[in-house]
Order: sequence, then structure tokens, then C-alpha cells
Amino acid sequence: MQRQNFDNKAYKEYVHNIMPRTNHLKTLIMAFVVGGIICIIGQIIHDVIRALFPYLERDAVNSYVTLIMIFLGSFLTAIGVYDDIGKFAGAGSIVPITGFANSVTSPAIEYKSEGVIYGIESKMFVVAGPIIVTGIVCSVIVGIIYLIIGG
Amino acid sequence: MRIGRHTFEYQNRPEVIETSAIAGPQEMDGPFKNYFKYYLTDDTFGQDTFEKAEREMMVFVIKNVLEKSKLNSADVDVFIGGDLLNQIISTSYAIRQFSIPYLGIYSACATYVEAMLIAAAMVDSGFRKNAICCTSSHFSSAERQYRFPLELGTMRTPGSQWTVSGSGACLISKSKEKKYPYLKYATIGRVVDYGIEDTNNMGAAMAPACADTIYHHFKETGLTLSDYDKIVTGDLGILGSNILIDLLAEKGYDIGGMHMDCGAEIYTHKPRLHQGGSGAAASALVFNCFLFDKLLKGEYRRILFVATGALLSPTATFQGDSIPGIAHSVAIHAPNY
Amino acid sequence: MEGIISTILKYLAVFATGGALCLIGQLLINYTKLTPARILVLFLVLGVILQAVGVYQAVVDFGNAGATIPIIGFGYSLAKGAMEGAKIGFLEAISGGFKAVTIGIDSAIFFAYIFSLIFRSRTKKC
Repeated sequence: MQRQNFDNKAYKEYVHNIMPRTNHLKTLIMAFVVGGIICIIGQIIHDVIRALFPYLERDAVNSYVTLIMIFLGSFLTAIGVYDDIGKFAGAGSIVPITGFANSVTSPAIEYKSEGVIYGIESKMFVVAGPIIVTGIVCSVIVGIIYLIIGG
Repeated sequence: MRIGRHTFEYQNRPEVIETSAIAGPQEMDGPFKNYFKYYLTDDTFGQDTFEKAEREMMVFVIKNVLEKSKLNSADVDVFIGGDLLNQIISTSYAIRQFSIPYLGIYSACATYVEAMLIAAAMVDSGFRKNAICCTSSHFSSAERQYRFPLELGTMRTPGSQWTVSGSGACLISKSKEKKYPYLKYATIGRVVDYGIEDTNNMGAAMAPACADTIYHHFKETGLTLSDYDKIVTGDLGILGSNILIDLLAEKGYDIGGMHMDCGAEIYTHKPRLHQGGSGAAASALVFNCFLFDKLLKGEYRRILFVATGALLSPTATFQGDSIPGIAHSVAIHAPNY
Repeated sequence: MEGIISTILKYLAVFATGGALCLIGQLLINYTKLTPARILVLFLVLGVILQAVGVYQAVVDFGNAGATIPIIGFGYSLAKGAMEGAKIGFLEAISGGFKAVTIGIDSAIFFAYIFSLIFRSRTKKC
């Protein structure tokens, strides 16, 4: 079987055609429902804090919601539940902020075996690093642009 | 003896004298459960890391195969093995306590057949008397090596395979009684790459290499499909197996009815694992526990054992390179055939 | 009675907004070659841009937590912080974005650190 008899493009096309398809409907519905539920949990936390501490500023309430959601995502990752949710929820559990917590906590736990400094601390952002870096670069650019146009 | 550029024939009956394997918990639930004698209930195997667990599985099967064949480690002239971790640490660390002359090899999931092929050639030529071949893989250590942290919530795509946890070792030597399955032909594969870049579709990356090796085996030996009872592939998975059958049909070999894939068979009880198993241990487990048994009893007379490997590394993948495939084969005959 | 209805409507909006954003993420996973990490980065950049051009605030007002909990809300907070900082001065324009999301990053680092000292990774079950 020589390579030229069966060129790459034809082979890729052939493989693409017989590849099993993702079940679109199921994955989309799961992502929608799980993502929606996580956001509702966030809203409930928000409203409860609002009701308990009515004098808190709007930004402070949001900060508490973030804190609690990150705690939940991190804790569920640590006890081994979050990856089970992610298996069927897909983007539904990746896109919410709990998914960010998951992507920070999971490598930290995983690389614990290499020690605190070379494992936990240096590997913590192997997955989430790009999010922080991109986010900060973008925000600095936005800040400078607004400074120039006199926002 | 040289037969062709890829294939040679063993002259002096190098035999597979003894085998040993240990399976992970998930493999133990599968269709081969009656064939696995040793298994893990907990895949950490009492160790604090998965890498150490993989290493311990190897130590276990090496000790076990020595015990079963009533040999001391001093009787073994060469140990050939490999695994999937960087710098093949499982094998090198497992073998350090045995003080056996050691060759570390790597062909990803094709390592087991490559080890048998080399060991049998050394035994056949009389350069070595007793040779042990061994490979291992572990889902959790491979996952970290190739993919993501275990607790990261990701969805597995339908083309993906699941790394088999386990380890297998066999002793290759010559016996006086000539009552063991023996190696007849070996075909050394070449790297074939059709440009598949999807690391979740390794079956498609390996199938062309597998077809290439099988094609050269038949072309160079002049044998036909009817000379074999089974063509056993390593870990192509379900999709990869279908591609292999298609590719060989194009060359005029219809292997559909006689083909078996170790990876696809090992997880038939878990359709959620999509394409089935992969990993250096997949072929080792199925050969050592199932095929060896069948050959010993003469239920299979001759098999062509082709293990396939995807020679990718995360670095190469991130640099946008495709996945090269490799496949090596050995023809193994039952004692009386 | 009216209060209950408006609460239900509010929660429906949260569910619909959050769900829709995750659905877009899943569409990208299913139909493109994008990996989860790339999708998160894409969402984040999208959040920054939408807020910078002044669109995303409307989404937040409609969807509340449904718009802020997804990672796109992280981008929104970053841009919002930077824009508010820009009103004060140069240094604040640079640091404003990070200041706005520091609670999220700090808590993620802290909890990950604590939990990683306590827990171990376990094999995936299937």
C-alpha cells in the first residue's frame, strides 16, 4: 500500500464520513439545562444574600456570589463529582464560573503527587492560564482605548 | 531468515512458554473476566500515585511469569519492554530490582508485539536463551500524559478510546517438548501517516499502518487468509477496525469474518467507552489471557497478531503535527501446526 | 401575587440566558474543532468586546446571574472594571480589569490550594 495510491485528503474525507456523530440534540439539551440550572443556583444565592444583607452594595453581592460559586465548583471537583457532571453536561458545566473553578482545582489536585511547589503551585493554571492571560491582556487594551478616547 | 523487506521467518521455533497478566478493575468486569486470573480491585494498587501503581503491576507480572516458569531472574538473559509514559519509566523502574539485562523499547501500543518480535529473534538465533517481554499501561497515568487532569469535567467525543489499565509479560524460549505456541513469521511495520490530526480518533490514524503491515505480510510470505484462523489487531477500536477492513478489502483481502480487535473486545460491556480500549496493555492482556490459552489448546491453529501504535506526543500535537501510525506483526502457531 | 410572577419570570430569564450561552458553547464544541480551553478564551474575549461596545450590560440586566455566571460574564466584569478605571487615570485603566475580577481569581486559587492539600485525584468512572 503506497502512500500515493491513497492520498491524505481522500482518506480524511473517508474517515470523516464514517466517524460516529455526536448526538447533537442530546448534548445541546444537556448543556442548556445544566448551564441554566447552575445560573439559577447563582441567582438564588444572589437573592438570598440580597435578602439577608439588604444594605450591601450591588457589586459586593456579586462578589459574594462569585466566591460561593467558585467554592462550590472547587469543592465538587475535589470530591470527584464535577467531572461526572461534565461527562454528560459538556459546555453546560464548562462555561459557567464553576467550570473555571474546576479547571483550576483539577490540575492542582492532579499534580499534588509532584509536591507543593513543582506540583500544585506550578501546575495550577495549566488549563485555566489562557483564560487569565487573555482576560487581562484584553482588559488592559480596553482600558487604554477608553483612556485615549476619553471615556 | 529473510523473506522480504518487512518479513522474516523464524527457523528454530521460538516458543511462548509462559504468560502472565494483571487487569484493572474496569477490564475485569468485561467479557474476558473468566480469563483474567489476577486483577486489581483498586487501581492505585496500594501505591500513592498512578505511575507507581502501573510500575507495581509490571513488577507483579514479571515476578509471576518467573514463578510460573520456575525460573530465577538470573536465568533470564534479556528483558524487553516498554510503556506509554515519558522515558518509559514504568518499565525501567519496574525492572531495576531484577538485575536482568534490559532493552527498553517504545512503539506506543504496538510495543508488546515489537518486544515479542525482537525477543523471538534473539532466542531463535541462539543469542539469548530466555527472554521476557513486558508492557503496561494505566488509564489514569496515560490520561495525565496525553490529555487532561482526571477531575476536569470534559466530555469524551464519540471517536475516543479508553486506555486499558493492566500489564502483561511473557517468557519466550525454546523447549524440548515443543508443546507451546511458537512464533513463525514476523513483519516489521513502517511508519504510515495519512495526516489524521484528531487525537480523539487514534483508530483512524493507526488503521493505515495496520493495513500496510498485514498487506506486506501476505504479499511477502505468499500466504493466504485461509492460512490463519484469526487476524488479531491491538487497539484499533471499533471505528479503526472498520477502516482496516475497508482498506484491506481495497487490496483484495476480505478479513471481515476473521478479524478481532483486542481494544474493541475488551470493553464490549461498556458502550459509554465509545470505540473501546487502547494502550500498550490491551494487546498484552488479551494475548496473554485469552489467545495464548486458545493456542495452547489448539482451538486456534494459527493467528496473525498485529499490534498497532499511535506515535503521537502532546508536544507534536500542539505544534499542529499529525499522528504517525505503526504496526508490527507476528504469526503465532499452535504447537502441532 | 404579582411579586411571585415577576420572580418566576426573572428566574426563567436567568435559566434561558445561562442555558443559551452554554448551548452556544456546546454548538462550538460539536461543530468546530475548538477544544474547551479555546472556547472559554473565545467567550471571554467576546464578553470583553461586547461590554466595551456597550452591548452586554443589557444582557446582564435581562438575564442577571444567567449572564454573569457564565465565563462571558468574567469578560464583562474585566472590561467594565477597565472602563471605570479609565475614567480615573492611566494606572487605574491598566489595573481596573483585574481589580474587578480579583475575587474570582483569588478564591479559585485559594480553594484549589486548600482542596489539593486535602484531596487526591481519582480515576474516572464510566
